[in-house]
Amino acid sequence: MISQAGLRQPGYGQPFALPGHRVLLGSERPLQLDSGAELAAFPIAWQSYGTLNSDRSNTVLICHALTGDQFVAEEHPVTGKPGWWSTIVGPGKLIDTNRWHVLCVNVLGGCMGSAGPSEINPRTGEPWGLAFPIVTIADMVRAQAMLLDHLGIDRLFAVIGGSMGGMQALEWASLYPERVFAAVPIATAAHHSAQNIAFHEVGRQAVMADPEWHEGEYWRHGKKPVAGLAVARMAAHITYLSEMKLHEKFGRKLQDRENIKYGFDAEFQVESYLRYQGQSFVERFDANSYLFITRAMDYFDMAARHGGVLANAFRDTPVRFCVISFTSDWLYPTVESRRIVHALNAVAANVSFAEIVSNNGHDAFLLDEPDFHRVLAGFLAGAAQHRGLLPLRNGSTPPSP
Amino acid sequence: MTPNSQIRVDLQLIADMIQPRSRVLDVGCGDGALLDYLVQFKQVDGRGIELSSEGVNACVAAGLSVIQGDADTDLFDYPDRAFDYVVLGQTLQAVRAPRTTLDQLLRIGGHAIVSMPNFAHWRLRWRLLTRGRMPVSDALPFAWYDSPNIHLCSIRDFVALCRDLDARIERGLFLDQTGTPRRLGSGLSLANVLGEQAIFLLCRNGRTKN
Repeated sequence: MISQAGLRQPGYGQPFALPGHRVLLGSERPLQLDSGAELAAFPIAWQSYGTLNSDRSNTVLICHALTGDQFVAEEHPVTGKPGWWSTIVGPGKLIDTNRWHVLCVNVLGGCMGSAGPSEINPRTGEPWGLAFPIVTIADMVRAQAMLLDHLGIDRLFAVIGGSMGGMQALEWASLYPERVFAAVPIATAAHHSAQNIAFHEVGRQAVMADPEWHEGEYWRHGKKPVAGLAVARMAAHITYLSEMKLHEKFGRKLQDRENIKYGFDAEFQVESYLRYQGQSFVERFDANSYLFITRAMDYFDMAARHGGVLANAFRDTPVRFCVISFTSDWLYPTVESRRIVHALNAVAANVSFAEIVSNNGHDAFLLDEPDFHRVLAGFLAGAAQHRGLLPLRNGSTPPSP
Repeated sequence: MTPNSQIRVDLQLIADMIQPRSRVLDVGCGDGALLDYLVQFKQVDGRGIELSSEGVNACVAAGLSVIQGDADTDLFDYPDRAFDYVVLGQTLQAVRAPRTTLDQLLRIGGHAIVSMPNFAHWRLRWRLLTRGRMPVSDALPFAWYDSPNIHLCSIRDFVALCRDLDARIERGLFLDQTGTPRRLGSGLSLANVLGEQAIFLLCRNGRTKN
């Protein structure tokens, strides 16, 4: 296992040691990608919290979203900000790392140590760039399964994720039902809608329109398409919020001025906020990774692989599901979660589904939402009882899982 | 929620109709009191559907497998005989299409268990007769304009619907106003007058008991 050594910050070739772990997978048996391409000897980086128990039954896999990474519950090594889910993951927290062995894997195509366009292509000795093979959500999950094989973990107690992380949770349950006891897809969908694809295309076109993108070979020029990527992030960020939230937070308030000045500065606070979001994003994220990962999400359509019937993706599933959506999420609205629930009902799967009332839009899953946290905690406790990892509440021993 | 071995008398009567370790769907499960009892004390594989998000959140937070959904729209997805028992407690009168709902219960469950308020209870008859106003009682505590109960019926009406749907009544109970359960005999007259609510264990005719 290669630990830390050889990891680089997104930025092509600058040496940078990230916390956590990294390993080369697929040296003996390459990963067969959905596109038909193969990946051999590719790196996967991950972070872990807590301790694996003696019967290897307490692993919770957390899957990150489009612009997330493996640093769930610790200060981010690049930005210095708290981990993206440190509100609920950590010692004594909702996902208690004193009890659970938590793993989070940088997705295939990512830019925090796993194989992606900013990593070196072993055949050329140069960064992959656009020569990196197109990957899918299922490919990301297959790579994670290879990592679990490497770690000697047969079965996950739970796989949990929001947004693109939720897509991975669904794909995990579909591809490896015998390896997943419980799956929690949050604020997500079983396919990308035309609207989802449309927003992603705006982001990609913003990156590609930046002259510093150089057909994806910006490292040759010592530049990065920061302007394009920042615009992509600004547009995407709007989709993560709700109209109500934007109104509440900014309204028409002006930025550092009493009156409008009739110009194109960031006159309004909301403009200033978005510019800041765009700027801080480019410091930690690779533009080509953004292209590849948004593409993977666009290709996501679980029903398509199952004769157009989503239920077929889950036939005879033993997995316990908890589907969660948020009322003001218009990126992956409740109707998409309901579609998943209907498919699970059609195969009489064990499913819980709660729509949480929130003004926070899609981002609600990352924020302090007490109802959401109560539901998630209750579901995990109930699942742990059924898995035999917690005593039943009536004091009897649970039936064997 | 701590497991509670004391549940409401009508819920206990429903629970007594359910075999241990069976598959149960509770439609309109509310805060999950019956489901929790069945899971904890009868080891059933229990699921629920509940309309209110408060109810759903409470259920899932208690570790119960419950979905936010609607009896009118969300029963069609389930495969035939997905459950041994499908329970519809005090909900039939609040759905938009009771006949369709009952038909769905009989399709997806080996047995259906339905509890319902009896609109022909003597007190309600008396109030309507003497006051000429829509009756309000403990079992039906709403004014006509804000009642969720849009399809009220009598025990006799319900039995007629069961006949229409080719459902066999395997067991029938009615509760008088003191909450004392009594067997529903073949003559319905007494039950239809004295019963404040009734509970039926049903199955589709021609189906063997399991």
